[in-house]
Amino acid sequence: MSSIGKWFRDGEPLIWLNAAAVSASIIMVVGLLGLIAVRGLAHFWPAPLIQANYSENGSEPVRIVGEITASETVPRQRLIDAGVRLNTDTPLVERHLIKIGNRDAYGFDFRWVIDEGLSQRAEPAELMKVERREWGNLYGYLREVRESGTRVANGAEAWKEFQDRIARASDLFSRIRAIEKDDIGAINYAIEKLRLQQRGLEIDGKDTRQNLAELDQQRKVLDAEYAVLRDQLATLNTQINRDSFTAEIMDGREIEVPLAKVVRAIRPNTMSRSQKLRHYFVKVWEFVADDPREANTEGGIFPAIFGTVMMVIVMSIFVTPFGVVAAVYLREYARQGMLTRIIRIAVNNLAGVPSIVYGVFGLGFFVYFLGGNLDRLFYPEALPAPTFGSPGILWSSLTLALLTLPVVIVATEEGLSRIPKSIREGSLALGATKIETLWRTVLPMASPAMMTGLILAIARAAGEVAPLMLVGVVKLAPSLPLDGNAPFLHLERKFMHLGFHIYDVGFQSPNVEAARPLVYATALLLVLVIVFLNLAAIAIRNRLREKYRALEGS
Amino acid sequence: MASDILNTAIADLEHSMSEEPRTHAIDFSRLERPAASADLGQEETCLETRNLDLYYGDKQALKQINLRIPEKRVSAFIGPSGCGKSTLLRCFNRMNDLVDSCRMEGEILLRGQDITRASLDVADLRRNVGMVFQKPNPFPKSIYENVAYGLRLQGINERRTLDEAVERALHRAALWEEVADRLDDNALGLSGGQQQRLVIARAVAIEPEVLLLDEPASALDPISTLKIEELITELKENYTILIVTHNMQQAARVSDYTAFLYLGELIEFGDTNTLFTNPGRKATEDYITGRYG
Repeated sequence: MSSIGKWFRDGEPLIWLNAAAVSASIIMVVGLLGLIAVRGLAHFWPAPLIQANYSENGSEPVRIVGEITASETVPRQRLIDAGVRLNTDTPLVERHLIKIGNRDAYGFDFRWVIDEGLSQRAEPAELMKVERREWGNLYGYLREVRESGTRVANGAEAWKEFQDRIARASDLFSRIRAIEKDDIGAINYAIEKLRLQQRGLEIDGKDTRQNLAELDQQRKVLDAEYAVLRDQLATLNTQINRDSFTAEIMDGREIEVPLAKVVRAIRPNTMSRSQKLRHYFVKVWEFVADDPREANTEGGIFPAIFGTVMMVIVMSIFVTPFGVVAAVYLREYARQGMLTRIIRIAVNNLAGVPSIVYGVFGLGFFVYFLGGNLDRLFYPEALPAPTFGSPGILWSSLTLALLTLPVVIVATEEGLSRIPKSIREGSLALGATKIETLWRTVLPMASPAMMTGLILAIARAAGEVAPLMLVGVVKLAPSLPLDGNAPFLHLERKFMHLGFHIYDVGFQSPNVEAARPLVYATALLLVLVIVFLNLAAIAIRNRLREKYRALEGS
Repeated sequence: MASDILNTAIADLEHSMSEEPRTHAIDFSRLERPAASADLGQEETCLETRNLDLYYGDKQALKQINLRIPEKRVSAFIGPSGCGKSTLLRCFNRMNDLVDSCRMEGEILLRGQDITRASLDVADLRRNVGMVFQKPNPFPKSIYENVAYGLRLQGINERRTLDEAVERALHRAALWEEVADRLDDNALGLSGGQQQRLVIARAVAIEPEVLLLDEPASALDPISTLKIEELITELKENYTILIVTHNMQQAARVSDYTAFLYLGELIEFGDTNTLFTNPGRKATEDYITGRYG
């Protein structure tokens, strides 16, 4: 009895409780990261392709070809209720989700099959998986490779020919893309600018014959350049459309697909472990560095990464000076009293306002009011099409800057209040004015605290989605907010964001099953981006800390 | 017992003060009063206070201080805690301005110029009246930048001028030998005594006329204290030095003149030897012989 009493008095239970709480937190964090990492990263590993005969409800067996993406056991009764006739009487029945692909042929690319209906299951070596630029994957057997409609290879040597010609087509494709996106994009941008110039002249009443002739002259030059590019493009297009291949798909039909539509083809059942590993990294790289395809369910998410990082950076550029200046006034200049106390409480409460409210405010104030007026003042030639008067990355950054402002103010004030009085007096005693003391000594010493505020702001802003949906995020942005067309930085443009991408791919996708692994992968990437941004800020802060080491203990 | 003596002394003093009307005009008769003010002989006056009153809110911290500080001498302020000696010291570079509730009446003359007037450029005053604090307070910068701080404030950025000034100041603060090879190291890496000498070098670098030292050695070990005291003796060649100290031996060792303050009043000011061997006031005698404090 007394030993238990002692156990309690020593605080042992409390220590255990604390340790348990810490362990639980760690397990949750590791579990979360582990789940999204495993689910997200496993998606890129080439799964074996199967072929089997399948019959359901006693029908004639049909051939089924594809890859098993998920398996689950369900209660027998549930399937019976769903109208499935079962032969065996086990209480639990296994069923598989098979990706059969070939959406152009069947209209859907996933199918549930019940395990007991599968027979003659095999993994034939020749079975191939073709990633296409549209209609999703194709699963089937390569029959012929064709050039301009005539057969050039079939049988055993077809595969090598196929790969060579895919490589050629991919090369052509990237050249076409470069011309379309960069060269023609730049010309379009210039022509649009000319149109706006002309409209501006008309508005100002300066549309004299001479001015218009000048513009026409420039436009003619651009048109000529465009004609050259269009010819190049036409040549490339005929070249890329030269080749095609035919494949036998699972219902025995033979379909022909142009090689221009093929990203890559693999035969995973024959691949060695190292080949699979290579394929895996190619896929991961594609995911990180490429544009999305097929309504975001395929391809990469580079624009979303870029948009997220850029928005956070632009936000930091706004929020840091603004927050610091506000904190300096509050702490150093404002007379401490009732009013400053109320302001502090208000600032702290601002941090608790739901983010969607900021979104609404951003839409009403920044986009419609500020943006609308900016358009009227500076971009009248583009009206009624809005320039800044529609959601964009600038307004998103400003909205989030507002959202994270309290964090920066509070952290900076905290830092300022921790600068010892003796340091300020030391500076003043040398003949420095208050502003000189602030600028030369106090602010540099408070800079680690400012960075702490910025770190917290970044952590909050990078993961925020709700307000962005109102002020600038879109499902698919045609161009990045930073590109090669002067003035290079296009802050009025809409952008893609990882957080919104998760929502979009997970819930708004036309092909939910295909998109699900990407939800995990994107979530993992978002976490990684935030971690990276934070680590960068922490590294800067630690350098500053080392530089302006605190005075305690001296 | 001790307080009785003191009360008598204070009553005495107050009585003698109340005899004369309080004005802010120059009142030589008061300055000559033997009890509170010293006979400076041939010494030139550097700083002078006239009927200085100082209030923190309603509380009066300094009462009718009349004092003449001689040029290029070390004057020590002694007295028990809370007697106002630091407050008095901080009047000379207007450091008390930083305290919102602080209010000052009377005059302080630096070489005949009133430095209490509102129109005075305080930063300019502080360039002429340097200050060193109780705790070493180097900036978290390099040793070099610490010393150059005051010069850079004056817009001096030329490397050679700075180099020379920094070296001269460090020599004067007897720190050059110890830090010459690591001027770019962070000043916070120095020992406490070195930091305090660095702070003195920093103050000296801008060539002030007066140096105010607010208990400069109280946070230091005995050896560092000794170095600081030697330094003070050397510095008085060039500067008028005012030092606040708790340590009466220190006052006796380093100062030429000593002022004894008690409860905001200047009880006695005079030649250090005379004050310690033959104090003019009972309260002074009681304090220096350790009856209270």
